Amino acid sequence: MSAELLIRVSDLTREYQMGAETVYALRGVDMAIRPNEYVAIMGPSGSGKSTLMNLIGCLDSPTGGEYWLNGMEVSQMPDDELARVRNREIGFVFQTFNLLPRASALHNVELPLIYAGVNGRVRRQQAARALERVGLADRMEHKPNELSGGQRQRVAIARALVNDPSILLADEPTGNLDSSTSSEIMAVFDELYHQGQTVVMVTHEADIAAHARRVVTLLDGVVHSDTVREAA
Amino acid sequence: MPFREAIRLALRVIWTQKMKSSFSIIGVFIGVTFLIAVVSVVEGMNEYMTESFANKLLGVNTFQLRRYPGVQMGDISSETRRQWRRRPRITYEDARAVEAGLSVPVLVAWESSRRGVVEFDGKVARDIDLIGVTEEWFAIRKMDMEAGRAFSAQEVRTGQPVIVLGNELAERLFEDRDPVGREVRVRKIPYRVIGVAESQGSVFGMSLDKFAVAPALSPIKRYVNPPRVLDELKVQATSLQELQAAISETEAIMRSRRGLRPTQESNFSIETADAVLDFWDNINRFLMTALPGLVSISLVVGGIVIMNIMLMAVAERTREIGIRKSLGARRRDIMRQFLVESATLATVGAAMGIAFGLGMAALVQATTFLPARVAPWSIVVGVLLGAGVGIGAGLYPASRAARLDPVEAIRHE
Repeated sequence: MSAELLIRVSDLTREYQMGAETVYALRGVDMAIRPNEYVAIMGPSGSGKSTLMNLIGCLDSPTGGEYWLNGMEVSQMPDDELARVRNREIGFVFQTFNLLPRASALHNVELPLIYAGVNGRVRRQQAARALERVGLADRMEHKPNELSGGQRQRVAIARALVNDPSILLADEPTGNLDSSTSSEIMAVFDELYHQGQTVVMVTHEADIAAHARRVVTLLDGVVHSDTVREAA
Repeated sequence: MPFREAIRLALRVIWTQKMKSSFSIIGVFIGVTFLIAVVSVVEGMNEYMTESFANKLLGVNTFQLRRYPGVQMGDISSETRRQWRRRPRITYEDARAVEAGLSVPVLVAWESSRRGVVEFDGKVARDIDLIGVTEEWFAIRKMDMEAGRAFSAQEVRTGQPVIVLGNELAERLFEDRDPVGREVRVRKIPYRVIGVAESQGSVFGMSLDKFAVAPALSPIKRYVNPPRVLDELKVQATSLQELQAAISETEAIMRSRRGLRPTQESNFSIETADAVLDFWDNINRFLMTALPGLVSISLVVGGIVIMNIMLMAVAERTREIGIRKSLGARRRDIMRQFLVESATLATVGAAMGIAFGLGMAALVQATTFLPARVAPWSIVVGVLLGAGVGIGAGLYPASRAARLDPVEAIRHE
């Protein structure tokens, strides 16, 4: 396989057992993503896009197929190594932000560093720098409930970036935001992409997907289309 | 996650959920309080029994020859009591024969006593230990005089009606006046007060200063015992070896005087402080055996409460666990977070229990006759128990938290 590839999935399947019934969320997905791509994964609900995102984000393990991330076969990894990959290689931004409600913005951003074993002042400095990068230098000690939706999502982005991951994943990052805040957040993603960050996001909104350079559409658990747009 | 981080996190969670935390620490708190307080009192009693009770009342290296044991402990059947009452009494002749027959250097004193009334100038003191003794009694009891003097061998031999008063008795009858030289009456017979003893303190809250001592052969002999009979012969040796020698000599003398054959049991008793201490050892051993049971009940209850609280915490914080896992927390990080949290909870409870237990021990010390002495090991055990209970109770909830699936946990609301 090419060392150029950041992500390679082949024949990836994911089945769920719902009582007696087996639900096939992914029926064999093949996809490759190179460094510094900006990919949007689209599809109607139930198409398997969130499942694919969770698999790429190592939050879930596939039922079958292979998943290579940065030359490591993630699909075969034991739990603790998956945790390490989540910590070092992946930055995940959720639709619902998923910040710890009782912790300050700074502490939320510090969390991945805590699990990476970074201590003390270095940790705080790195977390503060990540918050500065998303324009929240003056909100570090605020709790999530003292921040607006857009600010919360910025904290989440700072948290995703703080460990300098190979890939930034975003699952409907603007799903809970109004349109003006959405474009603010999308501007942040665009900026990160221009700085060299690989970004993969899931969305069902065409205008959000329009920010990406490549759009992968899923339908019924398989890749339906995969189009690359030339730089606008 | 480093250990220090886990503790800091645990303390923060405990602090933000004060109410819930205080419920969960209460079991451990009670258990440890109990442990510290009881151990302190028992240890205090221990010291008290050996250093003051046994030695103050019975004397070091001292034995008593009696008809039957003066300090009766444990279950004694009525049959045994009847047998005791059939035994011959200790007579003046017995006492003199033992005194004459002992080969080791000893102090010897006769003692007979009975409760009674002492009067002075219309004032009446009831419930006073009236004691008839020989002169060396004061030396054996290590009783010094606060005022006046003790009586002499001469006064004992000639049966002078003189008397030494206990501290409290003297105060009760004479208040601020000097008792020495005045006359008190016991059963209408006047005795001249020649001395007042120094305070002897108290045992189990009973004052040891409500007594009056007169020479064994003074008129008091008719009140305390039938003619030519005494309650006990006190013998004090200068060392343990000599004490044992004196005991076997006394036994031999008494058995031969009473014509006992080798197969027959002695029909008198020889009593040492050891007998009392043995009995106390039994109580002590019982308490120390029962204590772990009592403490463990409250600790088990405390552990169950903590386990419940932790299970609730895991359920409430499922989403937090999911978030932490998505950010790279390993199973052991989550496990440690919850274990440290429950261990911290229990240890905080134990620490408070220790503080409270020490307070209780001090309170017991200050307000009752029971002494208290804090055993350092009980504090160590208290802390270890607290941490142990916390870890034990946290294990199951923590492993449940650690095994949560990140995708499901993060969706949990």
